[in-house]
Amino acid sequence: MNNLNFLTPDKKNLYTYLYLGLFLISFSILDVFLNSFFKINLIFFLPSFLSFILPLTIGFIGLHLIRIEYSGVKSLDILNKNINTNNFNAILSLIIIFVVIKSLPPLLSWFVIDANFSGDSKDACTGSGACWAYIKTWFNRFMYGMYPNAEQWRINLSFISLAFLGSVGFFASEKFKKYLTLYYVVIYPIIAFLFIFFFISGGPVFFDFSYGIIAAVISVIVGFFIPNKFKMYYFIIVPITIYILLKYVFFYEELIELGKLEALEWVETGAWGGLSLTFIVSFFCLIFCFPIGLFLSLGRRSDLPLIKYISIGFIEFWRGVPLITVLFMSSVMFPMFLPEDMFIDKLVRVIIAISLFEAAYVAEVIRGGLQALPRGQYDAAKSLGMGYWKMHILVILPQALKLVIPGIANTFLALVKDTPLIFVVGLLEIVGMLNLAKTNPDWLGFAMEGYVFASIVFFIICYAMSKYSYNLEQKYKTER
Amino acid sequence: MENRGISFGYGFLSQESSFDVQFSLIEYDGSHSYFRAYLVGLLNTILVSAIGIIFATIIGVVVGIARLSNNYLIKRSAAVYVEFFRNIPLLLQIFFWYFAALRALPLPEDAEPILGVFFLTIKGFFIPAFIWNNLDVFLYSIIAAIITIFFVKNYARKKQENDGTQTPVLLISIALLVVFPLISFLVGGVSLKIGLPEIKQLSQTSYTFEGGIGLPPELIALALALSLYTATFIAECVRAGVQGVGKGQKEAAASIGLTPNQVLKLVIMPQALRIIIPPTTNQYLNLTKNSSLAAAIAYPDLVLIFAGTALMQTGRAIEIVSITMLTYLTLSISISIFMNWYNKKIAIKEK
Repeated sequence: MNNLNFLTPDKKNLYTYLYLGLFLISFSILDVFLNSFFKINLIFFLPSFLSFILPLTIGFIGLHLIRIEYSGVKSLDILNKNINTNNFNAILSLIIIFVVIKSLPPLLSWFVIDANFSGDSKDACTGSGACWAYIKTWFNRFMYGMYPNAEQWRINLSFISLAFLGSVGFFASEKFKKYLTLYYVVIYPIIAFLFIFFFISGGPVFFDFSYGIIAAVISVIVGFFIPNKFKMYYFIIVPITIYILLKYVFFYEELIELGKLEALEWVETGAWGGLSLTFIVSFFCLIFCFPIGLFLSLGRRSDLPLIKYISIGFIEFWRGVPLITVLFMSSVMFPMFLPEDMFIDKLVRVIIAISLFEAAYVAEVIRGGLQALPRGQYDAAKSLGMGYWKMHILVILPQALKLVIPGIANTFLALVKDTPLIFVVGLLEIVGMLNLAKTNPDWLGFAMEGYVFASIVFFIICYAMSKYSYNLEQKYKTER
Repeated sequence: MENRGISFGYGFLSQESSFDVQFSLIEYDGSHSYFRAYLVGLLNTILVSAIGIIFATIIGVVVGIARLSNNYLIKRSAAVYVEFFRNIPLLLQIFFWYFAALRALPLPEDAEPILGVFFLTIKGFFIPAFIWNNLDVFLYSIIAAIITIFFVKNYARKKQENDGTQTPVLLISIALLVVFPLISFLVGGVSLKIGLPEIKQLSQTSYTFEGGIGLPPELIALALALSLYTATFIAECVRAGVQGVGKGQKEAAASIGLTPNQVLKLVIMPQALRIIIPPTTNQYLNLTKNSSLAAAIAYPDLVLIFAGTALMQTGRAIEIVSITMLTYLTLSISISIFMNWYNKKIAIKEK
């Protein structure tokens, strides 16, 4: 047995230090654990103000004793390297461990142990924990807003169909891969719009919906026989033409009158709400803000001074004002400039306002990508005889957009997180519904549960989005 | 517009506003003009933004550095904090603090003092007020201290460029900041009284505090949410900045014999700041714009007072919304002009 120097543990007495240190650490953790979970105080004979300091000191001494470099014990080395490099780190690690142990019991008891899960009124909530019965009772409202219960299958069906149509890209075979961009940029938004406008909204115009679907299907099928050269023009013009033909030429008004009889019940946009409204608003703003932002960013780098300064002015204006004032403007100021008999639905106004607002941010992000490309790319494309549009579509934008995937994803995340602001114009998505439910006299005092619930919902959505964008970024990463 | 009977003009700004505001930094009541109401709102916006910016910076820098720590637990905790607060809408966080967390605080009569002088109650946060005598002399002394520090800094830089020796600027600055005000206390006739908040009974069941400064719960909820939310973004900026400095820089600095502290101060930080500052300013701007969410919890900021109450009373939508937007626009454009100038100044001079 060599001399034991407790100030500088060394490798010679490795196991003495190790066992002593581990004992002290486990004692300190056990003390905090018992104290917080079972209210048992191992060191009851000491004054109470030591209850946090003492375990900390004991654990600190323990960690000090096991801090032996190159001990040869693999797990010990990993432990030392990760949480125990020096005294300061040791103390911080211990504090974090203790805080986690201390905060677990109250959190657990609030979320699970003392919480009420069943029941359908306030009286059912007797425990001291959360009242999940409140969320259960109001769940329908949080998801669908004031949308009539009997009609909610329409929202479900629309979302499921759209999710299915949106996931087509994952199953497409190589042959169809090249049409995917076209599909997602032009056809999918049109189908989505038709779904939302005619199916969720309903009303006597429901038959239009089927025209839209027919137009889309016919044009896609015929589209495969069109030479590549004209495809771009074809997909922009033909679906709309077929739709207009169907609506105004083949099936004119008598038939629409017939259709009215069996049409779906009309649900005004004021009744839409909850999480489904969050999805609808974010979806459309996302679709619209990207192309607008793209054109703005190209405009800002244009050689034509008029386009350039208009773009700069537009971008700086929208970036300079808070979204809430933009929504104020769209709700109180905008209607004044319209002709007297013209009325634009407030949901549409909100979508336009948010799209323009976020487009300015998207524009700045894309500009960053455009600026990051070396001049040689432009020169090379020009020397091949490409024009402005060809150069941008084939050479510049594919590279620039790849660079700015994280930035665009951040802007889209910001957009989703901004949707609750539409309460300003009286549209109640999930947070708005929470505030409404909170003031219901039968359910007073459950604000906490509601906000925790909404936080979890938003966290899941946003976290999934950010992880997906990270994957995209990794997938399209190229060595430069 | 005309056939709707709407006239246009800014004359209403001098009219009597006849509404009250619960919390204002300057003297204000219903007999003042709409312009004064606008000023009250603007000052409140600036106040909450300033508080938010200060705390967001402190939390953000600490968390950003913690994310780079070699301690696994610290790294994970910082990452969890960032991921959590970044992915929840700010409005939801404001509502959470205001309607759920702060409502759980005790009533004024049950409040326990924190450190003996602070009271955190459901009616707000009460802190001691400073009652100054000859405040101007004190302010002059601080200004004098700052000017002296500026000279000391210049001198230290020149000295370092000449013979390479370093002067402990930070210590000298702190000493100066203590000594100058101290002199003003001893010689300049400055005196300070502390007004402690004391509980006072308003009626049978209603109590409040008097004597100190009362920060309304709306302000606390807003500042808390804004700083916790923005701090996550600042933390990411800080992390990206420090990681953006090449590893070779650190190794080169260490190999010429600088101590770890010197490496951080003289080599890493000047380069990291160049990456950190532009996005961080963007976050400051975002915070200022986000402070307009105050309207949702009735904190009397620019949007609530001016674009809310004043608009409802006068009905002058175009004028009021345009003034509000112009104010924010001026604020952000002036900051971005300043930042562009600053960016150019600190950018690496390339040939």
